[in-house]
Amino acid sequence: MNVCPTEAIRVSEGKARLSNNRCVDCGDCYRVCPVGAIIVEQDDFESIYKYPVRIALLPSVFAGQFTESVGPDEILGAILELGFSHVFEVEEGVEFLSGIFNEYIERTEIAKPLISPFCPAIVRLIQVKFPTLINHLLPLKAPVDITAMSVRKRFVEQGIPANEIGIFYVTPCAAKIVAVKSPVGEETSAVDGVINLNYLYNKTYKLIRGKRTHPPLPEVTTLTEKAICWSLTRGESGHIKQGRNLAIDEISNVIEFLEKLENGEIQGIDFLELRACDESCAGGILCPGNRFLTAEKLHDRARKVSQNNTEIKSALQDPNEIASFLRENMHTGKIMPRSIMKLDDSVAEAMIKMKRIYDLNRMLPQVDCGICGSPSCKALAEDIVQFGATLQQCIFVQKILEQNDKLDVRESVEIMRKIWSNTKLDKNSLKDEINEIQ
Amino acid sequence: MHFTYHIEGGNFAKAGDTSSQVKKTLKQLNVDGAVIKRTVVALYEAEVNIVAHAYEGIIDVEIDSEKIFIRLSDEGPGIPDIKKAMEVGYSTASAEVREMGFGAGMGLSNIQNNTDIFKITSVVGQGTILEITNQFLVH
Repeated sequence: MNVCPTEAIRVSEGKARLSNNRCVDCGDCYRVCPVGAIIVEQDDFESIYKYPVRIALLPSVFAGQFTESVGPDEILGAILELGFSHVFEVEEGVEFLSGIFNEYIERTEIAKPLISPFCPAIVRLIQVKFPTLINHLLPLKAPVDITAMSVRKRFVEQGIPANEIGIFYVTPCAAKIVAVKSPVGEETSAVDGVINLNYLYNKTYKLIRGKRTHPPLPEVTTLTEKAICWSLTRGESGHIKQGRNLAIDEISNVIEFLEKLENGEIQGIDFLELRACDESCAGGILCPGNRFLTAEKLHDRARKVSQNNTEIKSALQDPNEIASFLRENMHTGKIMPRSIMKLDDSVAEAMIKMKRIYDLNRMLPQVDCGICGSPSCKALAEDIVQFGATLQQCIFVQKILEQNDKLDVRESVEIMRKIWSNTKLDKNSLKDEINEIQ
Repeated sequence: MHFTYHIEGGNFAKAGDTSSQVKKTLKQLNVDGAVIKRTVVALYEAEVNIVAHAYEGIIDVEIDSEKIFIRLSDEGPGIPDIKKAMEVGYSTASAEVREMGFGAGMGLSNIQNNTDIFKITSVVGQGTILEITNQFLVH
């Protein structure tokens, strides 16, 4: 509850509840939850069979999950065997996008620093916590959308009806799933479904490990060095040709930096690459591998491409040919602020509430224990004013009231039950042991 | 609504804390984003001025439903020639302070540009009082 950077989690009736308004889908709660209570919404794998043409879009971090001994052709072969008819790499769209980034950097009339919209959790973080920085976000789609649009165009041009093409994005993170299910600034998403990377990794690994002989393996397409490392930290900022740029990963680092940027404390930066996860997408919550090793593997792959002067065989048609199509379709719609900070629409009302929150907060112990079901004492004070929580939810307040005979034990147990349900209070099997402690 | 903050001269690590606090308050009050930005930029400059030049200072913030009024008073060397200090590029900041990325001599004029009402008085050898007001836009 208290790892959430936007205080989106409350506990009631024994369950952690996420506020959709506040949640930015960073996945930090998923990472730490000891009982796996946070579930990532995803499409059923079988749903790929709704489409005759089943295309998997694989992020480059996918191959980074496997050990050295597993070749890219084996991975590709396994995925085709699992039921996909075609596989493309998500980062195909990167070369196009990075050119557009540099065009934007050169434009002097727009607010700097430009903030990359690559990480959807960062876009949402800015919407809810830093609405004054929204106009710094580049109004561009992510590589996955660019690639999906190009792939779809190619198949449609080959005469395949659009409704027979199913494009599935294999995602390393929860934020990308939400970005597909409810895109920010868009009506619909460029992909038809999302597959949890961890799920596909398990299926693929099992298939590769279980095999003695391999069927003929498919030819693997190649990405440029830039594209391979795009989703890693410094993947984007390393290719900005002009001015000062910074890459910051891990959401609390990002928040710290944006606070200062918003104050005007930081100036003269032209481009910011911001990622919610430590080690960027290599550290995505759905990546089973160690993030540092994954990043190392991707850098190795990129190095080999440059050392061997590998000829780049893009799986897509000539990028120049579709550039004008992509230019027409690369922009996102307007991204709106979604402030979670405001206490009320009216300044006068908000001031009254703020005063009440201040007064209530003074009565609380400031230990941020979370027993009340809110992540901090301050959050409980806000929840009392905004959402009908009560001061008696605080266990310290309960003790004070009990001392003064204002609350009896039965009542306080009932309050606890409402927050934590029976499971935490009825340790029947342990009752004797607990009684013995006395 | 009234808030008071104490500022320690010379402690650059904490310069900006008051601005962040005030910014958070204004966001909670649903003040227009552009007004928040102007206010915070002005306040941050003024806060840094105290840290860079004075021994200590007090920032009083008064907010009502229409405006924010901020009074920054410091004990410090004071400003001998305010008119000159208002000029862009004029700075008396030490080399040390400039090294840290402060003291470019844009401060006072930048504060004025970001405030609706700007008033500054100073007594050499005693200190400086800066009063700034920004009106909230009606939603």
